[in-house]
Amino acid sequence: MPAVSVEHLSKTFEVADKLPGLMGTLRHFVHRKYRKIEAVKDVSFHIEPGEVVGFLGPNGAGKTTTLKMLTGLIHPSCGKVDVLGQEPFKRRPDLLKEFTLVMGQKQQMIWDLPPSESLRINAAIYGIPEKEAQRRIDELAGMLSLSDELTRPVRKLSLGERMKSELMAALIHYPKILFLDEPTLGLDVNAQTAVRAFLREYNKKHGASILLTSHYMADITALCDRVIMIHHGGLLYDGSLAGVIERFAPFREVKLELGSEADENLMTRFGEVESVEGRAVRLLVRREELTATVDRLLDELEVTDLTVTDPPIEEVIGRAFNTDKDEMAAVDARGGADQ
Amino acid sequence: MTAATSESVGLISKFRVMFSVHYAEMLTYRAEIALWAVATMQPLIMMGIWSGAGASGHFDFDQIGVQRYFIVVYIIRQITVVWTIFHFEWLVVTGRLSPMLLHPVDPSIRFILMHLGEQWTRLPFALLFAGLFLAAYPQTVTGGPGGELWWPGVGNILLAIFFSYFAFILLFYMQYTLCMAAFWYERVAAMDSLIFLPYMFLSGMIFPFEVLPDTAREVLLWTPYPYMVWFPASLVVHGEAPVIKGLLIMTCWLVVFYGLSRWLWHKGLKHYSAMGA
Repeated sequence: MPAVSVEHLSKTFEVADKLPGLMGTLRHFVHRKYRKIEAVKDVSFHIEPGEVVGFLGPNGAGKTTTLKMLTGLIHPSCGKVDVLGQEPFKRRPDLLKEFTLVMGQKQQMIWDLPPSESLRINAAIYGIPEKEAQRRIDELAGMLSLSDELTRPVRKLSLGERMKSELMAALIHYPKILFLDEPTLGLDVNAQTAVRAFLREYNKKHGASILLTSHYMADITALCDRVIMIHHGGLLYDGSLAGVIERFAPFREVKLELGSEADENLMTRFGEVESVEGRAVRLLVRREELTATVDRLLDELEVTDLTVTDPPIEEVIGRAFNTDKDEMAAVDARGGADQ
Repeated sequence: MTAATSESVGLISKFRVMFSVHYAEMLTYRAEIALWAVATMQPLIMMGIWSGAGASGHFDFDQIGVQRYFIVVYIIRQITVVWTIFHFEWLVVTGRLSPMLLHPVDPSIRFILMHLGEQWTRLPFALLFAGLFLAAYPQTVTGGPGGELWWPGVGNILLAIFFSYFAFILLFYMQYTLCMAAFWYERVAAMDSLIFLPYMFLSGMIFPFEVLPDTAREVLLWTPYPYMVWFPASLVVHGEAPVIKGLLIMTCWLVVFYGLSRWLWHKGLKHYSAMGA
């Protein structure tokens, strides 16, 4: 049975628009105009126990709205959500004890007290005996290297330390499913690395399923084998991380080192020229033409070195989100023709 | 040990930890809370006003009776202060209610424990101020020359404490019912006036009920307000109050407001869009 199952999930919000200026304010006060926003449209996916899935999309794509529906915070307009065999909107305590949601900036830590006190209260809320709670606090603090900061008031902690405390508070009941919304947002590189290592270890140790949104591709590449991409509320892609490049990068990057100065005009016969610097050339070549093009390059030019690489994943995903639907259909059609 | 006993032990332990943490939280604001204790001194101001009236002999109470009444009102007021609507509005508008909704304990339990933590921080200051007042006006206790020593009896004191906390829970759920409007309108703190104004004027905080005509008093006794201040204060000052009637009426109102708040809670959650979360 999947840990999380989502079928045809949609959410439409009604928002009031206000025009600028005094007239706009008065009109907004007397007669508000509402419009509907489709935040999530017909999204379906499943997450298996122990799976770590990256949930990607540009700002406003519907990621957080989807997470809120998965945790039962908001009700969907239509569709079905199933978490560990239950509907999260029913808010049954036995289900609430099995998952957690970490929302980057929305801390559940008590600002003026040390994290140890917020952790105590969370442990009590989840019915964890005090001795066991202390053992878990020590374990989680050890994994996150936070033991020394647990007695300082939360307001005195750095952003990274606060985020680590949030994670501890969210995981003290050892949930089986983690919904993480930007868990590394605003952290420095060291703190990001520590949080990633912690999540990887937690997943391994507790066999937890993780659905993770992040704007840092390093989070996704370090933790996720599978990604779900949504754009304008709709599902764009659901598959392996490697498959993203297959699907959204129809080009390969070919780097050449020639025996003599390169002629840019000549190079355009082989592909799209990205750069020519002395004897070094970078070309983009269509995936389906790669083998033939490399043959021609080796036949026709004096090549001393040649490497073929995929474009960086950040670029590929960025390009996928910047591609409109018609182009996506064309990419799909080409993908289908290739197969 | 039966499962039920084990569960109740778990609940007590759970609430004890939650209370101790919220008490610790409130203690960090002790200076501010001391000022709140000062800010709730309005009954002592009313005492000054009504003392003159009591001394005039036009009413059915004397100056010492007024002093005793309002000093008890001041203490009861410390127990019945409810501010959950301001906190709840903040939680909803900032989206901070969301983490609480994911906990397997109803947030209202936590809000009540927060209030108790705040009360326990404020109460020592209030008792200190009350003690200073009694030291300055010892006739309030001694009854003055030829007067009777004021000792309401342990039973009446315990009953008054019980009814004061009952009044706190009732007032909490009255205000919590209004809080539910935050799911639709977000800004709801102003609605507190709907409860607070009648509470101010009809609870016995502004004037002793003895000044009211009998009919008005009888009508008011069917509303929840007199039981929030006048009723427990009467137990301590006069040593009598309609205990059974009070208990029944307060229970009925609690059932009404608790039921209404739960119904609105479930309706409201469907509207909740977790603003800013």
